[in-house]
Amino acid sequence: MRAIGIDIGSSCAKTAVTDGQGNVLWLDQMPTGWSSVEAAEEIRKRLAAAGFDPGHDPCVATGYGRVVVPFAQKAVTEISCHAKGAQKLFGLADLDIIDIGGQDTKVISVRGGSVRDFLMNDKCSAGTGRFLEVMANTLRTDSASLIAMAAEGSNTSISSMCTVFAESEVISLIGKGESRENIAFAVVTSIAKKIASQASRLCADGVQTVLTGGLCEADQLRKALSLELGRDIISCENARYAGAIGAALFAEKL
Amino acid sequence: MDFELPAQFAQFGDARKNGFLRVKKIKENGGRVAGTFCTFTPQEILDAAGVSPVSLCGMSEETIPAAEAHLPKNMCPLIKSSYGFAVSDKCPYTYFSDIIVGETTCDGKKKMYELLGKMKDVYLLHLPQGDREHALEQWTGEVQRFREFLEQRFGEEISDEAIREAARLRNKERAARRRLMELQKAQPPMSSGYAIYKALEGAGFYFDVKEVCRELTRLADQLEADYAAGQRPVSEKAKRILITGCPIGGVLEKTVKAIEAAGGAVVCFENCSGIKATIDEVDADAPDIIAAVAEKYLKIGCAVMTPDIRRMDLLRRLVSEYRADGAVEIDLQACTTYSVESYTVRKLMEELGVPYMAIETDYSVSDSGQLATRLEAFLEML
Repeated sequence: MRAIGIDIGSSCAKTAVTDGQGNVLWLDQMPTGWSSVEAAEEIRKRLAAAGFDPGHDPCVATGYGRVVVPFAQKAVTEISCHAKGAQKLFGLADLDIIDIGGQDTKVISVRGGSVRDFLMNDKCSAGTGRFLEVMANTLRTDSASLIAMAAEGSNTSISSMCTVFAESEVISLIGKGESRENIAFAVVTSIAKKIASQASRLCADGVQTVLTGGLCEADQLRKALSLELGRDIISCENARYAGAIGAALFAEKL
Repeated sequence: MDFELPAQFAQFGDARKNGFLRVKKIKENGGRVAGTFCTFTPQEILDAAGVSPVSLCGMSEETIPAAEAHLPKNMCPLIKSSYGFAVSDKCPYTYFSDIIVGETTCDGKKKMYELLGKMKDVYLLHLPQGDREHALEQWTGEVQRFREFLEQRFGEEISDEAIREAARLRNKERAARRRLMELQKAQPPMSSGYAIYKALEGAGFYFDVKEVCRELTRLADQLEADYAAGQRPVSEKAKRILITGCPIGGVLEKTVKAIEAAGGAVVCFENCSGIKATIDEVDADAPDIIAAVAEKYLKIGCAVMTPDIRRMDLLRRLVSEYRADGAVEIDLQACTTYSVESYTVRKLMEELGVPYMAIETDYSVSDSGQLATRLEAFLEML
């Protein structure tokens, strides 16, 4: 038996296939694009091309587009799926998860294998992947390069959490001739502060904090976040697939 | 949205829709109408003065831009919406109100009433906000002063006996409301919480208290009979949710409805329009009827009180009586008293071992998607 998990996020769609015994066989990602309905159809094609049968194998969908996957038997929220997937990836039953998504950032506290509490940012995009994207755009680069650039910068700050106002601040820093590295440093510090203040409400002593989501491999962000939160934060290569893996694990139980 | 109510509830949806015609009729027949905002308004005094109270709580986003011409943006949507209805003359109830009655509850309302007073005849009752020994004495004085104001305003004496009679009738109404809400104690509950709330809300637009009692009782009888006959409108597996926090009439769709769409069952509303206003009755035979009326209203556990021990005691009781699997606090944007107090509620729920989630929202639909995900995830967590 194979089980399929699909995580359609606001910017990226992830797919995981497991062998029905909890082992990951295949992972895939692609941009969601403007339509989650079309993304779901593209995922179906890619699954078929890789030799999996989305019409036959149990399938769970999660993420913001979870309700538009016609071949999924069930929709489960990203909170439950990320919790499930992260436990598998990190081999821990107690952990605090920080997931930086495209349009929302979640903090999930897992104890004894179950979600005990969670927080999600409200409608505002402060502290999300979108915030970094907008800032990266203004600096004519992409999110990953912006975070990497921040390692070379120092001593600059932006005070506004609001994406729109922060963008104006960045523009005025550019106008003053501040270096890109310093501006990148300011942006990364700002987002790390915002997320840390949210995470500090749930992250507990003696419990490992982990980073999942599209920016899991951005070391500089993880370091800035660890510093602001005052906790060691770990991540791993496939942490961006936590939601999809969790969904596949739920599909195994269908 | 009222069209989606189960058949047994249809009359309450209609009551809401026809309320406008009823109030118009009251006025045409020479009747008096008082617009009210809060469960602290001593209805018995208005009843005894022959004045029909009607709730003016704004529940629509539509009039908020009009209100923002005078009021700050970062303010409670209920206050802005209510004020907007008055400024733009879009609310027939505000339009037909002879007087508007407010209380010194939260800061936002208090200051809004000052502005409203420039357009309408506003009477403000000064509500004591805590547990001082003289609080009841002070509030009794306020209720008496309100009585005298009404006597002068309408040129008619209000007798003690009329107040006692009103109290007896309102006690019956409170009992009828309680009975309907208590049907949800059954496992599975006898109705969707959404429909129960709509019935309680619709009941406020009958204007005839006897009719309200009759209709609410008829509905409860019907639901009980259907349940006894084996009807189960709510799944046995649905997680039982208690709702607490601010008035929720304006956010019902994206909160209560979203919870029930995700497979939960709202079994209890602790909020203003729910249990808290109905648990205490007026002792209609007390030697001092004004003090008895004052005492009932002063017992309402609202976050404007400091400390707000009664709300915590009530929540403790309701969680066990309604066997809640989880508690959801719904706070309106910029409501300082409730959002600060949510920390105390969270601690209480931790102590009781009941999972708790607080959401802050306004009357827009912009956060509907995210709220639905959060509520759904909360249900999955239970």
